[in-house]
Amino acid sequence: MRYLPLSENDRRDMLSTIGVEAVNDLFCDVPKEALLKAPVDLPEHAGEMDVERYFNALGNLNTAAGHVPFFVGAGAYKHHVPATVDHLIQRGEFLTAYTPYQPEISQGTLQVLFEFQTQVAQLTGMDVANASLYDGSTGTGEAILMANRVTRKKKAIMSGNLHPHYRDVVDTLTRFTDDDVRSLPSTGADSAADLAALEASIDGETSCVVVQNPNVFGELLDLRPLAEKAHENGALLVVVVTEVVSLGAVMSPGEMGADIVVCEGQSIGNGLNFGGPYLGLFATRQKFVRQLPGRICGETADADGKRGYVLTLSTREQHIRREKATSNICTNSGLCALAFSIHLTLLGEAGLRKLARLNHERTLKLRGALEGIPGVKVLNKSFFNELAIELPKASEDVVNALAQKNILAGVPASRLYNNAYTNILLVAATEVVTDGDIQAFVTALEGELS
Amino acid sequence: MMDIIKYTEDHEWILVEGDIATIGITDYAQNALGDVVFVELPEVGANYGKGDDASVVESVKAASEVYSPVSGEVVEVNTALDDAPDLVNQSAMDDGWFFKVKMSDPSELEDMMDETAYDELVKGLS
Repeated sequence: MRYLPLSENDRRDMLSTIGVEAVNDLFCDVPKEALLKAPVDLPEHAGEMDVERYFNALGNLNTAAGHVPFFVGAGAYKHHVPATVDHLIQRGEFLTAYTPYQPEISQGTLQVLFEFQTQVAQLTGMDVANASLYDGSTGTGEAILMANRVTRKKKAIMSGNLHPHYRDVVDTLTRFTDDDVRSLPSTGADSAADLAALEASIDGETSCVVVQNPNVFGELLDLRPLAEKAHENGALLVVVVTEVVSLGAVMSPGEMGADIVVCEGQSIGNGLNFGGPYLGLFATRQKFVRQLPGRICGETADADGKRGYVLTLSTREQHIRREKATSNICTNSGLCALAFSIHLTLLGEAGLRKLARLNHERTLKLRGALEGIPGVKVLNKSFFNELAIELPKASEDVVNALAQKNILAGVPASRLYNNAYTNILLVAATEVVTDGDIQAFVTALEGELS
Repeated sequence: MMDIIKYTEDHEWILVEGDIATIGITDYAQNALGDVVFVELPEVGANYGKGDDASVVESVKAASEVYSPVSGEVVEVNTALDDAPDLVNQSAMDDGWFFKVKMSDPSELEDMMDETAYDELVKGLS
């Protein structure tokens, strides 16, 4: 195919057709200070070896999660991903095809997605799941929009202990819609107060309550009373899970009465990936399936009666329902879903339970070690693999000091809560944390606090 | 008082009995849609203005809105369609009805077509 650049005349024709003087006028909505004033200052060209050396040197300035004691969580978790996962997802049939949904040529991909949905439904304790969304936060936005459609109400209430980044994404997604989405103030590690505030906020106008389990402070919640209160008022319970491995140990959202479950699926099969691409899991009850956003894969029989897989219930989607579609996002995280499915298949049910127990054991060990440090207080009454601890000084400063010693100590709560909770630090311990890592963390922390 | 049947340009029929209007889609509409696989019914108690989206009918070919042709409150829905949406194909004008509305403004019926006028409309479409 030849590349045919536009001529000056082409440009002038197009500009006059749309009634604009110059190309730059099209950028008038972008704040001036954000516009590039001159070409980016880069060298014109360099040899391959020079480029490689330069970028390796830059890369070496990073402190990689896998190279140091690592206790960072708060919605993204470092787990061991078996080499099998990477090997299988890189098979050409899976890796290269973009939206390969034509059943005539894509039975492998469709079968994987069908099995993925089955795994997600079982894991969350729900009836049906879609073929994935972008990530947990956009999934939360979709869950609220779906709850508003199902209940034909507009007022959604988010827990103050929902991950603040998720809240921000929801606010962005609903900023220009007529949905009335409210967020309660955070109650910190006091999860009983949060649940009480959520219950008190529900009335006949409420479409749904959105709550995270374990919440952003690591606390595990019994959501059954909240589910009951929501249902009494004709509202739905939306449960968000940012650490999906926890479902190997705690009661599933479905069993606690959730109507829609959203998870960040990164923890299984996927690396930290600098914050993306991630994997949104989305599941609900059978009776709401027509309001489910996203792609759904179904099992059927072909003309010869043989089992086959297709995309199904497509009338919910944008290419058929246009502006009435259940979502304007009409793609999914196919490759991340594949990685999730392969990893979960390798683990099996017993393996997942074992992995979850191992995470909890590591965190118990970490808690014990941290509690031995004078001035450090563990705030949690319950937890899975993450703790909120209170330090005698600003956690941001402690994290920065420990990073200088090549220990990544966790996420200061102040980063999530706009400088509130200055002394609270969120620390996670997964199966990759060794006794040596914990010892190094404790020693460095003691040094910093003494 | 005689029962009367009215028609809309959106191919809905309205059977009027007192202040209760029973609403469905016409035989022409079901035939154009093809095999109906799902009907999303409104909720009993919901209030609609004339022309509001009240229901969705989904066939193997397409999904279409069904508008409430009159203002009022939904008093009954045809739950038989949940398990047997094909009733819309088999009996569009009778067993395949969608929902009943207690009309708040019966004068809205005045502009609507009677059977003769609707037949003319359909003839013009074929």
